[in-house]
Amino acid sequence: MIKFLFHRFDKTAAYFIAALAVLGVLIPILNLALPEASTFHIPTYLVSLWGKYLAYALLALALDLVWGYCGILSLGHGAFFALGGYAMGMYLMRQIGSRGVYADPILPDFMVFLNWKELPITWYFFDHFVYAIAMVILVPSLLALIFGWFAFRSRVTGVYLSIITQSLTYALLLAFFRNDMGFGGNNGLTDFKDILGFSIQAPTTRAILFSITALMLALGFIVARAMVASRFGQVLASIRDAESRTRFLGYRVENYKLMVFVVSAAMAGIAGALYVPQVGIINPSEFAPANSIEAVIWVAVGGRGTLIGAAIGAVLVNFAKTWLTGTFPDFWLYGLGALFIGVTLFLPKGIIGTLTARFNSGGKGDTA
Amino acid sequence: MTTDLTDSILYLDAVSVSFDGFKALNDLSFVVGRGELRAIIGPNGAGKTTMMDVVTGKTRPDKGAVVFDGSVDLTTQDESAIASLGIGRKFQKPTVFDYQTVEDNLLLAVEGPRTAFSSLFGWRSKVTAYQIYEALSIIRLGDLKYRLAGSLSHGQKQWLEIGMLLAQNPKLLLVDEPVAGMTDAETEETARLLTSIAGEHAVVVVEHDMSFVRALDCKVTCLHEGTVLAEGTIDSVSANDRVIDVYLGR
Ligand SMILES: Nc1ncnc2c1ncn2[C@@H]1O[C@H](COP(=O)(O)OP(=O)(O)OP(=O)(O)O)[C@@H](O)[C@H]1O
Ligand SMILES: [Mg+2]
Repeated sequence: MIKFLFHRFDKTAAYFIAALAVLGVLIPILNLALPEASTFHIPTYLVSLWGKYLAYALLALALDLVWGYCGILSLGHGAFFALGGYAMGMYLMRQIGSRGVYADPILPDFMVFLNWKELPITWYFFDHFVYAIAMVILVPSLLALIFGWFAFRSRVTGVYLSIITQSLTYALLLAFFRNDMGFGGNNGLTDFKDILGFSIQAPTTRAILFSITALMLALGFIVARAMVASRFGQVLASIRDAESRTRFLGYRVENYKLMVFVVSAAMAGIAGALYVPQVGIINPSEFAPANSIEAVIWVAVGGRGTLIGAAIGAVLVNFAKTWLTGTFPDFWLYGLGALFIGVTLFLPKGIIGTLTARFNSGGKGDTA
Repeated sequence: MTTDLTDSILYLDAVSVSFDGFKALNDLSFVVGRGELRAIIGPNGAGKTTMMDVVTGKTRPDKGAVVFDGSVDLTTQDESAIASLGIGRKFQKPTVFDYQTVEDNLLLAVEGPRTAFSSLFGWRSKVTAYQIYEALSIIRLGDLKYRLAGSLSHGQKQWLEIGMLLAQNPKLLLVDEPVAGMTDAETEETARLLTSIAGEHAVVVVEHDMSFVRALDCKVTCLHEGTVLAEGTIDSVSANDRVIDVYLGR
């Protein structure tokens, strides 16, 4: 087992984890320890921006786990991300307490504004961090469990599955827009003050949030990697490549799909929870179908079925997005479309997939 | 009929399947005993593959009984449940996992727990490794065990699928056209292999190659238009006038 783990956690995986460790330590140091005048100083807004990229990378990793390794093309992973984000947002809202505009010690501002007299049951206990974190993981997992139970049992696959995942996130988008749902309507949740007693604006908090995001990405990677490198992962690949053949060997395909789908949804939820305090807001637009599709593009660009590629794809595409939307704001959607078409045509294995293929054939010869 | 049922590993009674009104199986009844080797012949479209689809849960019969091991009703179970009961299948068109190595294909097939949880935490034991080694030596793909299955020739894929079937160690093996794409020597080898495993396992082989069927030296069932046309020794079946008319030719 140990030998096996060692074998599967090859050099690339080790480099990836090491790179995350270095980033997680170095960026906060450059931000906190260096004077602002220094050339190497990293401003706090950049720390949070990169923290956002890493949260996206975790979402991409989650998506790659189901799409790259089990062939489940989810066009609704943004829903799990947003639900995790909302759970964190609800915790942060309840930390505001009487510091809100209406100074109600319990009710968030939007509820006072709507003339609500008491806290809806859905908001109970969200003032406890541990409860909120449990919800960050449980709510997306439970949704994935229920959704997957029906979809995989009735053998919905391929395009049909993609379409219903897309409908799922769209339905949630509409639901969260409604004020009476009790999640802040189209304004969502924002104006957060502190997290676990630390001011959310403070550079130290930002730096620590960044480090935690890097850490969670590394952990997510280790979990995903261990899953796909196990016999479980071998069965996933078999399902991806020849689903019915796998059944004839006695494997309960629906259970395998369900398990990987739920784990992936939980990861996406954690990613959303890391995203919200660093961005400072969560609103229904996070459920927009386009967001989920964008995540698929990150994975395709980086390399489907490579995990590392998915993470790198997310960072690269979002880096490009930040730059393009800053420089040519109208151009982003075209750029994204062009990128997707370009990658599909010229780099079908994505950046990392192409690099590893080249490296393997060049370096080791024909061993497959 | 009841003694037939209790002594049988596979029991089909009046099974019918139709596709858009076309009857692929028409009141098909036959019985395979425990440990028996049985050859199924018949012209193209006779319903041989459809029969296997029904037994393995791929196709639901419109009517009729399909009973495994004397008591298990197969018509209510799905593919993975049926496979777990101990029914293994080799497909007419060899279907292996192209993007996995020969060895990994066998590893997937080896008998053992199949649940998602067990697969997460267990890996291969010494026993599994030995079973794979054994299967590799029987199918003579030991030198190619690290090759991707997709890169094998048609005949090699046939062998690999036979190896997967052996590794599964089922009670009943359904083997659809195993020697297509094999050389004469390999065909003989396959016949030897199948006869040697019969007894411990029941084996149902579909094949058009009559010299291969003769080499199996077992009871033969000839299907035609979804029903049994003749059954008996190879000599009696191939002497049957109707079999000659519809299948063997004069
Ligand atoms: N899924 C399906 N839909 C419609 N028709 C089908 C289906 N499966 C089989 N058939 C038809 O049922 C008949 C029996 O087919 P089957 O594949 O069982 O024949 P076979 O005896 O295996 O023939 P061969 O020797 O060519 O393999 C054929 O006419 C075939 O076209
Ligand atoms: Mg056939």
